[in-house]
Amino acid sequence: MSEAESLVRVDRLVKHFPINRGIVVQRQVGAVQAVDDISFAIARGETLGLVGESGCGKTTAGRVILGLYPATAGTIAIDKHNVRTAKGQELMSIRRKAQMIFQDPYASLNPRWTVSAIVGEPLRVHKLFKNDKERTERVKELMALVGLSSRLVNRFPHEFSGGQRQRIGIARALASEPLFIVCDEPISALDVSIQAQVVNLLEDLQERLNLTYLFIAHDLSMVRHICTRVAVMYLGVIVELAERNELYENARHPYTQSLLSAVPVPDPKTARSRKRQVLQGDVPSPINPPNGCRFHTRCPVAVERCSQERPVWRDLGGNHWVACYLA
Amino acid sequence: MHDTPLLQVTDLRTRFHTPEGTVYAVNGISYTLYEGETLAVVGESGCGKSVSMMSILGLIPIPPGEIAGGTAIYRGKDLLKLSESELEHVRGKEIAMVFQDPMTSLNPVLTIGKQITESLQKHTGMNLEDATRRATELLDWVGISDAHSRLCNYPHQFSGGMRQRVMIAMQLACTPTVLIADEPTTALDVTIQAQIMELVIRLREQVGMAMIWITHNLGVVAGLAERVIVMYAGYIVEEASVDELYENPRHPYTMALLASLPRVDRRRDRRLKSIPGAPPNLQVEPHGCPFAPRCELAIERCWSDNPPLDLVLPRHKIACWVDIETGGPR
Repeated sequence: MSEAESLVRVDRLVKHFPINRGIVVQRQVGAVQAVDDISFAIARGETLGLVGESGCGKTTAGRVILGLYPATAGTIAIDKHNVRTAKGQELMSIRRKAQMIFQDPYASLNPRWTVSAIVGEPLRVHKLFKNDKERTERVKELMALVGLSSRLVNRFPHEFSGGQRQRIGIARALASEPLFIVCDEPISALDVSIQAQVVNLLEDLQERLNLTYLFIAHDLSMVRHICTRVAVMYLGVIVELAERNELYENARHPYTQSLLSAVPVPDPKTARSRKRQVLQGDVPSPINPPNGCRFHTRCPVAVERCSQERPVWRDLGGNHWVACYLA
Repeated sequence: MHDTPLLQVTDLRTRFHTPEGTVYAVNGISYTLYEGETLAVVGESGCGKSVSMMSILGLIPIPPGEIAGGTAIYRGKDLLKLSESELEHVRGKEIAMVFQDPMTSLNPVLTIGKQITESLQKHTGMNLEDATRRATELLDWVGISDAHSRLCNYPHQFSGGMRQRVMIAMQLACTPTVLIADEPTTALDVTIQAQIMELVIRLREQVGMAMIWITHNLGVVAGLAERVIVMYAGYIVEEASVDELYENPRHPYTMALLASLPRVDRRRDRRLKSIPGAPPNLQVEPHGCPFAPRCELAIERCWSDNPPLDLVLPRHKIACWVDIETGGPR
């Protein structure tokens, strides 16, 4: 991918959360290595999927990219602005261009605010209207865009169902006319019959507004459906990154392979004939992650070298990136 | 095929009387569980799948709950008419239950060992020494390494997957004839979910128990169940063998649900088919087919009469007025 095409570039991004001890004199005794040296780029209009199990650092990565948490090291660029050094006007401009949709539509909307106040807040912050009439018009327009009736603008979040609340969250994210949206598990709190509605809405909006998404999720079936390329994270590192069909049909990292084989398929015949590669044990703690390849403690094919050296992030050809000696 | 009925539920109705009005949670469901089979109960949140199971085990708080009718015959006894002490004997010993969240179903201030041995002593009358030995065996059996020393650990020292293993070990300690599993893998990651499912399949064969698996995940069902019940708004809308249900779904809700799922093993070929609207409000007394407002095929009758669960093919029941092949009345 050439420099010009990519809207978001993340280079050697690190995020460690310090662990402090002591009440009067605080000293750092360790760090949760939530994100440890990840790099990728997202092209304009593309959806990059970021998948992994809970605690792998995918949500932290999404938040650090938007500058919600300060990064420990590395660079982040959104539309050629450096997120880590931006201040004042430049920071406001990044905040306007990059938005977020949260996982829990119950916790991410202020229960004391009306929908009109929630969706109108980014308009106020970024001074995107001249008078109240214009603001009300814009809120109604946004409601219509996400498929909600504009009659509902004076209601409170508790009067809506989960799917409707997620639409309000999407309308709020769209209010500042962003280029890039981090979707952090936007459908995992929703019922099965509602998930497809929200996914289709996100796709329609992407097409109409030429949006770029970072789609963070653990539902690998949905990620294959919605994303153009997919990155797989394990314990703070990206282990594999490829175009979606390449990744799902030709996974090269042992972790990706077992993750894919563990996903249940809604078809009894396939479910019986499919070979499952069940991983043993649990994910190690990110406070003291294994040396070398972080997956070597659970890897079914690990060799000695895997526990000593961290595998290099390399391109196998055709933009299929992997961090594994044996791939 | 399993054909000795073990549990026969008929016309079960459960309601909750809340300050906001009556919630019609389960509205007259009937089904049979056969010995040794695995039955899956599928539906979205609020469809009554958990409440229907808790009702037959006497786990519904009354009030605000009310079992408004029905019978649940288990080995000649109606579970809905048993006294609390008789039920306590059935629960845990004959019918065991595993819940979704293993953190809240274990007591955080007691060690794992204490919690397992306590239930063993209560149900089997073992002394502490035997119970401890048996507890070690049980943990080992469900794949927890270094079982003996882990008995002294507290629940927070176990991961989610291990806590679920502990729960399963406790529930299977008395070799029950039925295990009711209420979304036991929903809170877990896919690789851990795969571990637990593999464990349950192994234990099911060893114990020879029947199983009711409650879930919203149609993928999990496909790999585990022999027969499936689909619930919507407190009603059973379809019942069939697992192969039949996925290959030849006949109820518009089941069909729409299956069509709305993307597949991990297939390339994308179209947009997802979404079901419009949202599940109904259960505070309104049911009138007509509960799925009619979201149904593409609804005909006039669907709005006035609620369809009964009818046998339409051998071992395949649906509650629908419409013939999905012609679109006309059935």
